[in-house]
Amino acid sequence: MSDTERTQTQLVLRRFFRHRAAVTSLILLVMVTLFAFAGPLLWQYSYTDITDDLSLPPSPGHPFGTDLIGHDTFAQVMRGTQQSIKIALAIALIGTVFGTLWGAIAGLYRGKLDFLMMRLVDIVLTLPLIAVAAAVAAQGVGQSQWWAIAVVLGALTWPYVSRVVRSVVLSLREQEFIEAARALGAGNVRIILRHLLPNALGAIIVSATLAIATGILGEAALSFLGVGVQAPDTSLGLLVSINKDAVNTRPWLFYFPGLFIIAIALTINFIGDGLRDAFDPKQTRVRR
Amino acid sequence: MFAYLIRRLLAAVPVLIIASFLSYALVALSGDPLEPLKLRNPPAPQRTIDLETARLGLDDSIVVRYGHWLWGVLHGDFGESVQSTYDIGANLTRSTAVTLRLVLVAMLLALVLAVFTGVLGAVRQYSKSDYVLTFTGFVFLAMPLFWVAIVLKDLAVRYNKATGTTVFYTIGEKSQGYDELSAGAKVADLAGHLVLPTIALALISYAAWSRYQRAAVLEVLNSDYVRLARAKGLSWRKVLVRHVLRTALIPLVTVTALDVAGILGGAVITETVFNWNGLGRMLLTGVARGDTDAVASWLLLAGLIVVAFSVIADALYAVLDPRIRHE
Repeated sequence: MSDTERTQTQLVLRRFFRHRAAVTSLILLVMVTLFAFAGPLLWQYSYTDITDDLSLPPSPGHPFGTDLIGHDTFAQVMRGTQQSIKIALAIALIGTVFGTLWGAIAGLYRGKLDFLMMRLVDIVLTLPLIAVAAAVAAQGVGQSQWWAIAVVLGALTWPYVSRVVRSVVLSLREQEFIEAARALGAGNVRIILRHLLPNALGAIIVSATLAIATGILGEAALSFLGVGVQAPDTSLGLLVSINKDAVNTRPWLFYFPGLFIIAIALTINFIGDGLRDAFDPKQTRVRR
Repeated sequence: MFAYLIRRLLAAVPVLIIASFLSYALVALSGDPLEPLKLRNPPAPQRTIDLETARLGLDDSIVVRYGHWLWGVLHGDFGESVQSTYDIGANLTRSTAVTLRLVLVAMLLALVLAVFTGVLGAVRQYSKSDYVLTFTGFVFLAMPLFWVAIVLKDLAVRYNKATGTTVFYTIGEKSQGYDELSAGAKVADLAGHLVLPTIALALISYAAWSRYQRAAVLEVLNSDYVRLARAKGLSWRKVLVRHVLRTALIPLVTVTALDVAGILGGAVITETVFNWNGLGRMLLTGVARGDTDAVASWLLLAGLIVVAFSVIADALYAVLDPRIRHE
């Protein structure tokens, strides 16, 4: 390939890597992820270990201190981050796949089907997500697995994605290349998979990225209300929640997991911003 | 326009009915609300269980129970609670008054913050203050609401302790002896309890709105009619307020109305942190008890509030943009 020719992907990547905040965020996020998934293999304590050090402030042996019964907070934050990231990724995956298909089908077929499908989206959007999730998740208390929470929150995230995808598809479907594909005899499935989705990919990736951040915060909120991840397993939201009364007496128990939630959500939002600029450079950079 | 708004409200009725049926079925299918009674030790007499089953209509199918409940709601009766002395309708009314106070004040504060920071960021695009505002907004977007609320509460408690005063109220939506207060003191008491929860909820909500506001102002600033307004000699301030802001508020109205459901959810969390007795506690106790009628009534009310806000947003479009006429 010559210097003057670049594929779409290369252009997007080039623009993304020029976005300083996004690249810094990506590096930070990779580090946090490594900490969560590789850290437990290297660290001397497991999140279930009960040490003899009770209620200690941060020290070299326990970088994030310990709690009342001797859990090493460093190990617990690792495990919590791991579970929170897993749940958030699953939420984003479920919400994005389902939302994309729903929005693409509604936008492509239009008419009555579109009307009915979008009314269902309205119905889900009418209800406060956290309230419905609390009502559903309360059933599983005691036996709820991390993926059960992901399914509940994912099932409530897809309407947002489907609205975005539908609007993109609605504008794409009127363009000549879709007409050309149809004239050549392509069926609806082929048009959706080969022509619509690749062109809507930018919008989909951006909304998937933001769905991960929403997922992290949603899991935290559910665990705070007592209907999310349950002990003995842990998550960042659960750690903050069970240590909320320690904020004054043993602040390290409350602040470290909280800072990890913020770090993950913040870096993901910056990455999403960078991706948005990279996929659609004319949208945010206003030149005067 | 009035007829249009009425039509909008009527169009929402089927959406609300289906949404309420889904939420009713969801809670009803979730488990047996009489389980605590059946597992009680010493065991409850079979007759008590039978009577409770009959009172709650647990032997009927979901559709029959839902129809019964909906019919009651239309006549002002919100159904039977698992706890027989609990009046769902009265609690719903009282809690709504408490929570709407929080939601409305927080939304107002968030809107003021969003407009101010959004306009400032756009007018000084790529300046130092724009970067600081953008970064602050991103940080608030990334914070869990309950975390912010707990930190605020902790700071307030520390401040109160350090100064030996109660400048900040951190518990409940009103003081213990509220009923004995004079009218003026009542307002002051409610306002005092509102301060911290409102700030927490507003800080989490304003950030996203501020981003929209900034983008909208930027777009309008680059339009021809703003250039014309400047060219014909209008002052910068006049252009900004009369020409830029008015147009740039339209997307903000849309986003705000869309976010109302999210703010209601946020109010549930904020109220939990500050021990309010509002819609938040009502939902969570209802969910914990498996109280189908109470939770379904709650979600129906939430849906109504969301629809009401989207109708208000429609009315506001016409005020902001004279070209929009709802016929």
